[in-house]
Amino acid sequence: MLPFLVRRLIGAFLVLVAVSFITYLIFVKIPGGDPAPRIAGRLATDQNIADIRQKLHLNDPFYSQYWAMMQSLFTGTLKSYSSQLNVVSEIKRGIPATLSLTIGAGIIWLGFGILVGVISAVTAGGLSDRVITVLALIGISMPVFWLGLIARYLFAESHPFSFFPDGEYVPLTQNPWQWFVHLIMPWTVLAVLSIGFYGRVLRSNILDTINEDYVRTARAKGLPPRRVLVKHVLRNSLIPIVTLFGLDFAAVIGGSAILTETVFNLRGVGQYAADSVQSLDLPPIMGVTIYATFFIVLFSVVVDLLYAWLDPRIRPT
Amino acid sequence: MARSEDQADVVSERLIEVNGLKVQFATEDGIVKAVDGVDFELQRGQVLGIVGESGSGKSVTAMTLLGLTRDKNTRFEGEVLYKGRDVLQMNEGELQDVRGNEMSMIFQDPMTSLNPVYTIGAQICEAIQIHERADKNAAKRRAVELLKQVGIPNAESRVDNYPHEFSGGMRQRAMIAMALACNPDVLIADEPTTALDVTIQAQIIELIDRLKDDFNSAVILITHDLGVVADVADEIVVMYAGRVVERANTRQLFYDPQHPYTWGLLGSIPRLDRPKQERLHSIKGTPPSLINAPRGCKFRPRCPHAFDRCIEEPRLENRVEEPGHLDRCWLSVDEKRRLREPTLAGTEEAA
Repeated sequence: MLPFLVRRLIGAFLVLVAVSFITYLIFVKIPGGDPAPRIAGRLATDQNIADIRQKLHLNDPFYSQYWAMMQSLFTGTLKSYSSQLNVVSEIKRGIPATLSLTIGAGIIWLGFGILVGVISAVTAGGLSDRVITVLALIGISMPVFWLGLIARYLFAESHPFSFFPDGEYVPLTQNPWQWFVHLIMPWTVLAVLSIGFYGRVLRSNILDTINEDYVRTARAKGLPPRRVLVKHVLRNSLIPIVTLFGLDFAAVIGGSAILTETVFNLRGVGQYAADSVQSLDLPPIMGVTIYATFFIVLFSVVVDLLYAWLDPRIRPT
Repeated sequence: MARSEDQADVVSERLIEVNGLKVQFATEDGIVKAVDGVDFELQRGQVLGIVGESGSGKSVTAMTLLGLTRDKNTRFEGEVLYKGRDVLQMNEGELQDVRGNEMSMIFQDPMTSLNPVYTIGAQICEAIQIHERADKNAAKRRAVELLKQVGIPNAESRVDNYPHEFSGGMRQRAMIAMALACNPDVLIADEPTTALDVTIQAQIIELIDRLKDDFNSAVILITHDLGVVADVADEIVVMYAGRVVERANTRQLFYDPQHPYTWGLLGSIPRLDRPKQERLHSIKGTPPSLINAPRGCKFRPRCPHAFDRCIEEPRLENRVEEPGHLDRCWLSVDEKRRLREPTLAGTEEAA
């Protein structure tokens, strides 16, 4: 197990380096990517721009610039070109909102996804299966920004059903109840798409597994139907769901929650990333990229470990 | 624990009685008459062989004994009596008490019949814990003991192995251990050797035969290979297209087979005591559709000896001197004895 882990971690580190380097190259080489004229402002002289280039070491070869940026990022001194704010502390400031949103939504979508998948598989072909199928397809088809705006319009603005506060993030430590109330809508909106998708995937997994010979063996042993379903069918059908969840969850933490964060103005990392990309502000982009890659790489290692734990056949011996 | 065969015969007791069993599945293409009138009996200590091609209804019959074919699209007729109680009438709870406890089953493919994510021991213990309310440690000890009985070396450590760490033969041994975990009265083995190497096949059959005596139970051995049951079965039922075409004790079936289909099965076994044939003989054609079965004798389209009368279906009845030897063929006994020789010798195509 240990060599496996070491190998995976070395791989993860290399991925991190490669992703950051490629991102860096893309933003340095794209037209308009040069930050000096933007920092200098509209009325800048060539001399101003040259001074800024000198100050930011933009005339150095790009690999030493990359190295310098990585150094300042990991020592926590990297500053944004436009706002001059410290990148690491900005990301840190966004993390509680992003994690609150994603963890809550993750629990909801996994829980309801499993519930929906099991119900529709057990009643396959029946009425509730069909109703769930239609609902799932609707859920999958609704874009987050649209659903988010509709939800705000219906439940947060001056309507008879305005149960929920309209956007913003309240830290958990400040007021747990307000934290919860403020997050209910974002959680739901973010989870709806995945609930439908996970429900569909799990349904088909269960229907495949239920025809396996070992399920027949379990029934022939005289196990009660519920035990057959949970211990023999569900246990095996959930293995692919774990992979899916690990990777989706990492992607959401790493930035896929941008839309939800923006619609509900949660000021999380995703929103920070979106703002930085809009202004082509390289240091925050690099910071957020490393942050996102870190989570994705981390979760893929976790998924591998979970997978080995769930499925003895792929355990390294 | 071990009993001799004589002792087992003393407690002879009718465990299973199947009367006029019919199983039909409603499908989009029509009604599939998978089993269409099957009768047999099973005594304690007996080994009953059910022989037939794929699609002859032998597996469906076996699964029905345990109520495993129940479904909203399935219809049953007749009765399956286990110690006088009709399995077809039992509710789901009663069936659960019977399954794995009083009647248990071994399946064809040991590669896929064990759940890959649980240890062998855990899967054996599961049945013990459910049926005997045994605690974990007692169940585990029993599992180890069972694995020893089915000939798994180092059972103490092997019990914690996962199925993929076992070879095919060992998995089938583990399946047998699992099936015997609660001392069932009836062990149903559905093609237990089909997926195994030939050298392992004989070992598994021998093991089942030995354990039947150790556990004082009865065995239903389902196979498409008469050679497999020749040594161990007391009685053989030959099935074709969902019905029994011949039923006799094993000796009688091999020495005086009455149905042309049985001749075909016997003729298609490679034999060392006969001159070597150019190629192995087979029964021509394919089993009939179970949705639109041919009129009259179901074997008629493939039978080289079919004549006018075969358009009418013969009853399963005793036509020879030996009582208890039943068959479904219109040919006279003398004709049969004359006609079958070339087929049995394998010198003439069976059909």
